[in-house]
Amino acid sequence: LIVSILPLPIEWEQLRMKRQFYEENKPFTCLDGSRTIPFDRVNDDYCDCRDGSDEPGTAACPNGSFHCTNAGFRPTFIPSSRINDGICDCCDTTDEYNSGAKCENTCKELGQKEHEVLQKMAEITKEGFLLKQQLIQEAKNRQQEKQSKLTELQNNKKELEEKVEALRTVKETAEQPEKEAKELHLKAWEEQKAIIRAEKDKAKMAEAFLELDDDADGFVAVAELQTHAELDTDADGTVSETEAQGLLGGVDHVDTASFEKVWDNIKDKYVSEVSNNSQDSHTPDITRPVEPAPVDTPPEESNKLADNDSEQYPSDDDVQEEEEEDEEEDDYPEEDFDKAPPTVKTPPKKDEDEEAMPPYDDETRVLIDAAQKARDNFEESERALRDVDDQMKNIEKEISFDFGPDSEFSYLYSQCYELTTSEYIYKLCPFNRVSQKPKYGGSETNLGTWGTWAGPEDNKYLLMKYEHGTGCWQGPNRSTTVKLTCGKETTVMSTSEPSRCEYLMEFTTPAVCQEPEAVISSLHGHDEF
Amino acid sequence: MVPLLVALLFLCLGAEAVDRSNFKTCEQSSFCKRQRELKPGQSPYRALLDTLELSDSRITLQLINDNNKVRLLLELYRLHGNMTRVKINELKPLKPRYEVPDVLITDPPTEPMTLVAQDENGLVLSLGVDEQRVIVSARPFRLDIVEGPTVLLSLNSRGLLTFEHLRLRKDTKHDADAEDGGGSENAEQAEDEDEQAVKEEEDKPGMWEETFKTHSDSKPNGPSSISLDFSFPGVDHVYGIPEHADTLKLRNTDGGDPYRLYNLDVFQYELHNLMALYGAVPVIISHNTERTMGIFWLNAAETWVDISSSTAGKTVFGKMMDFVQGSSEVPQTDVRWISESGIIDVFVLLGPTPNDVFAQYASLTGTQAFPSLSTLGYHQCRWNYNDKEDVKTVDEGFDKHDIPCDFIWLDIEHTDGKRYFTWDPHKFAQPKEMLQGLMDKKRKMVAIVDPHIKVDSGYNINNEIRSKSFYVKTKDGADYEGWCWPGNSGYPDFTNPEMRAWWASKFAYDQYEGSMENLFIWNDMNEPSVFNGPEVTMHKDALHGSWEHRDVHNIYGLYVQKATSEGLIQRSGGVERPFVLTRAFFAGSQRYGAVWTGDNAAEWGHLKISIPMCLSLGLVGISFCGADVGGFFKHPSTELLVRWYQAGAYQPFFRAHAHLDTPRREPWLFGPDNTALIREAVRQRYALLPFWYQLFYNAYRTGQPVMRALWVEYPKEPATFVIEDEYLLGKDLLVHPVTDEGAKGVTAYLPGKGEIWYDVHTFQKHKGAQNLYIPVTMSSIPVFQRGGSIISRKNRVRRSSTCMENDPYTLYVALSPQGTAEGEIYIDDFHTFNFEKEKQFIHRHLHFSDNTLSSNNLAPDSNFSTAAWIEKVIIMGATQPTSISLIAADGTKSAVEFEFDSAASVLTLRKPGVNAGADWTVLLQ
Repeated sequence: LIVSILPLPIEWEQLRMKRQFYEENKPFTCLDGSRTIPFDRVNDDYCDCRDGSDEPGTAACPNGSFHCTNAGFRPTFIPSSRINDGICDCCDTTDEYNSGAKCENTCKELGQKEHEVLQKMAEITKEGFLLKQQLIQEAKNRQQEKQSKLTELQNNKKELEEKVEALRTVKETAEQPEKEAKELHLKAWEEQKAIIRAEKDKAKMAEAFLELDDDADGFVAVAELQTHAELDTDADGTVSETEAQGLLGGVDHVDTASFEKVWDNIKDKYVSEVSNNSQDSHTPDITRPVEPAPVDTPPEESNKLADNDSEQYPSDDDVQEEEEEDEEEDDYPEEDFDKAPPTVKTPPKKDEDEEAMPPYDDETRVLIDAAQKARDNFEESERALRDVDDQMKNIEKEISFDFGPDSEFSYLYSQCYELTTSEYIYKLCPFNRVSQKPKYGGSETNLGTWGTWAGPEDNKYLLMKYEHGTGCWQGPNRSTTVKLTCGKETTVMSTSEPSRCEYLMEFTTPAVCQEPEAVISSLHGHDEF
Repeated sequence: MVPLLVALLFLCLGAEAVDRSNFKTCEQSSFCKRQRELKPGQSPYRALLDTLELSDSRITLQLINDNNKVRLLLELYRLHGNMTRVKINELKPLKPRYEVPDVLITDPPTEPMTLVAQDENGLVLSLGVDEQRVIVSARPFRLDIVEGPTVLLSLNSRGLLTFEHLRLRKDTKHDADAEDGGGSENAEQAEDEDEQAVKEEEDKPGMWEETFKTHSDSKPNGPSSISLDFSFPGVDHVYGIPEHADTLKLRNTDGGDPYRLYNLDVFQYELHNLMALYGAVPVIISHNTERTMGIFWLNAAETWVDISSSTAGKTVFGKMMDFVQGSSEVPQTDVRWISESGIIDVFVLLGPTPNDVFAQYASLTGTQAFPSLSTLGYHQCRWNYNDKEDVKTVDEGFDKHDIPCDFIWLDIEHTDGKRYFTWDPHKFAQPKEMLQGLMDKKRKMVAIVDPHIKVDSGYNINNEIRSKSFYVKTKDGADYEGWCWPGNSGYPDFTNPEMRAWWASKFAYDQYEGSMENLFIWNDMNEPSVFNGPEVTMHKDALHGSWEHRDVHNIYGLYVQKATSEGLIQRSGGVERPFVLTRAFFAGSQRYGAVWTGDNAAEWGHLKISIPMCLSLGLVGISFCGADVGGFFKHPSTELLVRWYQAGAYQPFFRAHAHLDTPRREPWLFGPDNTALIREAVRQRYALLPFWYQLFYNAYRTGQPVMRALWVEYPKEPATFVIEDEYLLGKDLLVHPVTDEGAKGVTAYLPGKGEIWYDVHTFQKHKGAQNLYIPVTMSSIPVFQRGGSIISRKNRVRRSSTCMENDPYTLYVALSPQGTAEGEIYIDDFHTFNFEKEKQFIHRHLHFSDNTLSSNNLAPDSNFSTAAWIEKVIIMGATQPTSISLIAADGTKSAVEFEFDSAASVLTLRKPGVNAGADWTVLLQ
């Protein structure tokens, strides 16, 4: 009955015994019903039926197939083109009955070997399946843990948000009087500085008057000014009489009082007759160095760094950057030398000449301290909020992964597994990335970042696909397919590169072990033939 | 290793498409430039008729250049088989000029020429047949070959004969003159007193040194180029001079660069231009409805060929034409050959039919090596199969997907660090196990052995070559070294017969470790490719013994394949036929194996061009030609890959190949539907193997191409003259591959008025001499069998050709409108030379007429027996018989059952069951 519904040509011996279709001395009707032929044309080495059913034991039909009983091993169908082709295909040698090929019956051996393999596999499967149950339980626990942690964090977050707002108000309230007091102090200091500066200028003027008044007659005259070539106004290198007169306000000489006006005109250019050495100390205003602007790290940037540090997995953008770097290193190693060393930040130099601002008075200091404390408190709370945010993000990200129907693959998350070959160290970090590093030094190459489950429709969890790795020269970006098989251990078994830049990794894990009954029943299914 | 690899990659793979600036134009090749500056006009050469010497086998005559008084010696031979040989050399060259050895299979037998007439203007010589004469005109010198009143071919009719005589360099010449007066010796010996000493010519740029890009050619021998023009009156179709990625019919080169023949490793070659490629066969074939002729320019130096079509009357030649034919409106094709060194040695193949030309050329350079059957099967190649396990998986893949395959190939990565004759110790640790595994499946393997040898004192091949001084030398006498796959490499001097003998000995099983009888060889990079050399090849001033590389360049690759092929013959004690694939080739390479069209790309244009490229090779003797199925560079679309398999299955050498950087593309990687399409294409190939084998036997016997341009079989049908999108296999199968993306149909030209063509898929009949639109699906390409032919197939397609050796035949009898058909069947042991040495073969003539089909022995003195039998006979275009009887060799008569499909007019004879080697007759009543 089973036989009658099979659409394929049936093994000859078996059918002859059943005499259902191949009834001796009775006309044979092709299984597709296309025609009926005398029985002596069955297996007469000429193809009469379009479906090949009249030649189950010869190679005559191009679309025929031959059934090997393979007693002791698994029965199988082979294309009839393999009958008598000189190559032993059936372990029971029945396909080579007329080719002269010396075939040995290896079915018993094969059966035994297969039995051993299957037994071993069954054992592994059994143990692996037990481990898988544990993994599932652990995953459940972990999931619950994560979920409750998330709830906890959510509550936490709410509280923290409130706290941040409260502390912001405190901070702002404390900063207002601080600001005012500081401004007041600064203003007073500015005024003080102006007075000092004016006094200094006056002293300098007096000094200059004395210097200029060569004949010490109490007047600075045209001729006396002319000795100071630096005062030249028309840029011809000398101070003419007219120029000097001009400088003196149109008169031939000035006294101390009138010199005040003249001084205003010439003080920027005037060079003391005293030696250069002393010049600096006398003209601090002119040579005063500009204080460099203080270099502060912008707050956003430091936040980002903090984010990265706290995150388990770098964000996509960062991965991208890394990849690009990898690529460069890979393909243009010489360019490494061009990379500029990082800029060293030097602390701003204090101008020693500058007179320091007098310290804040006690009242202001109290205000500042209070404000600083409020700021610290606020920042601390903000940090704590960010922390919680990060933790939540990580948990949410983890939860978003497809860890299998029973989350049995979740234990692989944030783990890495290595395999060392003769040349490379391969690293598989499930749900993250695959990489390869030369054993004897050299940079790491990204063989792909987590893409998707890519197994067959009936079980997509048998293959993992990692994509968009480092680009290959004139080729595709590297990618890796990870093939998962049942095993007691979680191990990378082998890696290969079947096609340029397309890697294949064999990985064992209990997480793919099937229920032993299922395995056994599928084996029994074969035996039923 | 990494920096080296990076450097190499940049060197050899650095560009997206061909970088034209890497290769010379005529303008950049100083001799080509000098020669091309000379325009047609009055030739300065004059024949000195009083120097005529006539013997039975040849005539000689001196020529003098009136400009410089240099004398040349002209030799004329009439060769057996309707050929004329014209040789021109310097009468007294300063040193010998290179004459290409080892291309002609024998010293061509001559036939007597007789002097018919002579006066002060010239001579007339009789060529013996069909009123054929050679007219030698004295002033200016020219040759005309005429048949009756018709001029077939003229030499130097445009006055472009040039012979740059060897000379001393000016700065050294004065000394030489003073010392021995060598310059005046010529004058003393000259009989004519008017002749003066050789006149000094002005040096032109590039005569004594030439620089291209960063490479300098020292040219110690100075200028030595030669040139000669040929005019074909009445001809406007010329073919040949492969290898170019261009049309079958040669183009007019006026206003552009000439065709270039200079074996080069061109990275990512472009289509439709005349740049040189990997191989060179200096043979041009002219054709019109009246006659087919050929010119074989036997010169191995860099060569340029100008082709100019015109109507006669515009040229100097026109006057002669007017006189002879009384018309000036006749097409004419002028061909001008320019070579850098050597001598003028020209064979004029006078036809008159295409098959005559093939036979004539074959009598000079030999025929296609008869390949073993399995090499006509499917070859699976890739750069690279990674390791032994990979090979095993691919081998099993073919069985798993039930696709036949005979060969799996290993590219350069199989070696230990690109040291040929070795195996990678990790990836291919047990080569014999791997080969045995293939042998168990009756499959074979090809491993690559390139002619560049890693300079490495730990590599015994290098050490032996070095110690025997077998490397090519630099101009200064050191071993020449260049960069190739292994890094710094030496290049064995394959022009040296001792070197070749040594090389051949390295293929012995005890020398080539890990080799077995099912391992065959692939010679790549034998142009030779030198990554850091000028134009990616060897410096022209490198030395092969006393000859410069300049002299021998184009024949280097032939020698590599020759030596390898001889090695494979020797390793089996002369029993087994060799198989060697080569990329570089020259005239005569057909004797040593197969050729492929090099590093093509996965583009429709490359699929398309594979047809004219192989047709051109077939015309000049090289039948065993193929293109990388799928395209070497880049990744083909699935449609392109399937179409390429369908086309490749009907081209002589059927190998899929792919670049290292491309994704895997074994036939089963594109889904079950496409696997099925490819399987069907490969199965069609295997079913037709008996036909292919017989065609190759015919090529081996006659020199006729296996894959034929339509005009070869329909020479009087001008519509066929430019067809290159379809072709014939033999004369009976017309193939029109689909080479356009998304094609829903093709228009095929079915040649031959009065012919009938049967669609092989449907047996539908079509009349000849028409353009026929054929709708196509992805399932197959249009193929037609000629009415009047019998083609044998083996429909039991198995996993390799060897498995099918004893399988029965099905005869496909396609009746002509007259109800007749004929064909052949050829059987031997499929792999040894016993067919040749012991006459162990079966060659039968199958003939159908008067309702009688019979098989007769074509070679009664042969002996071979086969287990194969006739399983089925399918007669297309038949009428229904009442009964059919079979008469066996012993006269016994038996009835044959049959079926008749009246709608299709197809008669099928069930199981005649006669042995394929026997005499038999089938009568339809």
